[in-house]
Amino acid sequence: MSTPDGGTRPAPTDSGPRPSTPTTPTPKKDDPAMAQRIDVKDLNIYYGDFLAVEGVTMTIEPRSVTAFIGPSGCGKSTFLRTLNRMHEVIPGASVHGSVEMEGVDLYGADIDPVAVRRQIGMVFQRPNPFPTMSIEENVLAGVRLLNKKISKSDAADLVEASLASANLWNEVKDRLQKPGAGLSGGQQQRLCIARAIAVKPQVLLMDEPCSALDPISTLAIEDLITELKKDYTIVIVTHNMQQAARVSDRTGFFNIAGTGSPGKLIEMDDTGTMFSTPKEKATEDYISGRFG
Amino acid sequence: MTVLVSTAFGIALVPLVWLLWTVVGRGIGRLDPYFLLHSMRGVFGGMDAGGIYHAIIGTVWVTVGAAVISVPVGILAAIYLVEYGAGGRLARAVTFFVDVMTGIPSIVAGLFAYALFSLFLGPGAHFGAIGAVALSVLMIPVVVRSTEEMLKLVPNELREAAYALGVPKWLTVIKVVLRTAIAGITTGVMLAVSRVVGETAPLLLTVGVIDSINFNPFEGRMMTLPVYVYRQFTAGLVPCNNPNVTCIPTINYDRAWAAALTLILIVMILNLVARLVSRLFAPKIRS
Repeated sequence: MSTPDGGTRPAPTDSGPRPSTPTTPTPKKDDPAMAQRIDVKDLNIYYGDFLAVEGVTMTIEPRSVTAFIGPSGCGKSTFLRTLNRMHEVIPGASVHGSVEMEGVDLYGADIDPVAVRRQIGMVFQRPNPFPTMSIEENVLAGVRLLNKKISKSDAADLVEASLASANLWNEVKDRLQKPGAGLSGGQQQRLCIARAIAVKPQVLLMDEPCSALDPISTLAIEDLITELKKDYTIVIVTHNMQQAARVSDRTGFFNIAGTGSPGKLIEMDDTGTMFSTPKEKATEDYISGRFG
Repeated sequence: MTVLVSTAFGIALVPLVWLLWTVVGRGIGRLDPYFLLHSMRGVFGGMDAGGIYHAIIGTVWVTVGAAVISVPVGILAAIYLVEYGAGGRLARAVTFFVDVMTGIPSIVAGLFAYALFSLFLGPGAHFGAIGAVALSVLMIPVVVRSTEEMLKLVPNELREAAYALGVPKWLTVIKVVLRTAIAGITTGVMLAVSRVVGETAPLLLTVGVIDSINFNPFEGRMMTLPVYVYRQFTAGLVPCNNPNVTCIPTINYDRAWAAALTLILIVMILNLVARLVSRLFAPKIRS
C-alpha cells in the first residue's frame, strides 16, 4: 500500500494517539502555541563575504502551507535553512536581519540554535534515515540521541503516533525493528517526516521533499502535507509549480538577476492570486514557463 | 585485460602463500601447549624445552598499552580534523605532522621513547610501558588516518538530519557520526595493532630481553614475540657433543619458527575479530 488515503483518516487502532498526545509536557495539538507565526525582516544571508539572499521581509502564517518557488540558485533553500538556523552549520555562513517566531528573535544573543531546531523541524531533499537504526529507532532518534529517558510504553505510543501522522504506520507496523534504510524512497521520506514530527516541533520546514521521489510517493507526501497543516506551520521549497499550486496557501517567488548577484523575494501572495494575477512581470514569466 | 589482471593477482599471491607455507611447515612441529605455556627460564644448550609464554605476556602487555594510548588520541584527533577543525590552520598542521609521523622509522620511535624515559628515570630504564609508548608513536598516525577516512565517508546529510532534530554537535558526533563509522574505525584500529604487534627494533631498545616471566609492564624487562624470534634465530645452531644428553642442534631455529607462527596466528585472530566487530556494527541496509 504505497498510496495512503488522504483526507480524514481514523487512527489505526484505539490506542494509537495522534501526535502530541500528552506523553511529554509539550503543548497539545489544539493549543495555539503548537503552530506559530514567523516574521522575517530585512534578512540578508551570506556565505562568507558572498551575499546569497538580500532583503527578505515576509510573514509566515501559522497552520498553513507556505511554498517558495523560483529558479535554481535563487536562494530559496538557503532562506529556508535560515528559518531554523541550519544555515550557520556551513562554515563561514552568516545572517543579518531578524527572524521572529511569535515575537522572539531566533537570532537573539541568548537563543541557542539547538533549541530553535527542536521547535522548527526540517525534512530534506533526499531521504536521510539513520542507516544504523531500525524504523522504530529512527522515529525515536530525536529523543534517544538527546539521552532523554522515555518509558517503553511512551516510546511505543510516540512511534505509532508519529508514523500514523506520516501515513506510514500501516505499511511498517509489522517490521518496526527492520532497518530504516531498507524502505523505498517514498517510505524513507515519510519516515523522515515521522522522525521530524516525533520531536513535536511547531514549524516544519521541507526542502524539496518530493524531488527525489516518484509521482505516487509524491502524491502521498502532498496528501500528508495537507493533513499536517492542521497542526503545524509548514514551509515548503519546491521546484514543481504544480506542487506549490496544489498544496500551498501562500506562495513566495524568489529570483536572481544573474549569476553572482543575490537572490531576492520578488513577490509573495495567496497561492491563487500568485498563479492567476501576479503583480510582477517576472513572476508571471516564471509561472507561465517563459524561464526557469 | 582479464588475463593480465589475473596474472598480476597470481604473482601477488606467490610470496604470501610461500611465506605461509614456510612458516607453517617449519613452525608447526614445535607449536604445542607446552611451548605456549612455558618460558625460557633455565633453558640452555640444545635442551628439548623452553617456550614463549613470557614473550606472549610481554607482547600482549606492550601492544595493549600502545592501543590504550593510541586509540583515544588517534580517534579524538581524527574527530577534530573532520568535525571541528576542517580546513583550519591547526587542522592542516596536524594533518602534516601525522603524515610525517607515518614515515618515522620504527627504530627512531624506539630511540625517542627510550630517550624520553631516560630524561626522567636516568639512562638504562627498560620496561614494558616504554615499549608501549614507542609503539604508540608508530600507531597514532595510522589510527588518525584510517579514522579520518572513515569519518569523511559518513554522509553530511546524517549530521544535518541530527542537527535538524535539535541534537547538539557533540552528541551528533558521538551518537551518529561515530556510530555510523564504528565498523570502519574498528577495522582501522585492528590493522594498526597488527602493524605494531610485529615491531622488533623499538622493543629491543626499550623493553629489552629476558628469559623469565614478567607480568609487570612498569618494572623490569619483558620479552616480546618478535624480539624472541630475533634472539632465538641469532643464537643459531647448538653444538651437540655429549651423546648422553638429549640435544637438538636446531632447537633455536625451531623455536624461532614456532614463535613466528604464533605471531601470525595472533595477527590473524585480531583480523577475524575486526571483521566480526565490523559486521556486527555495520549500517544495516538489508533486512
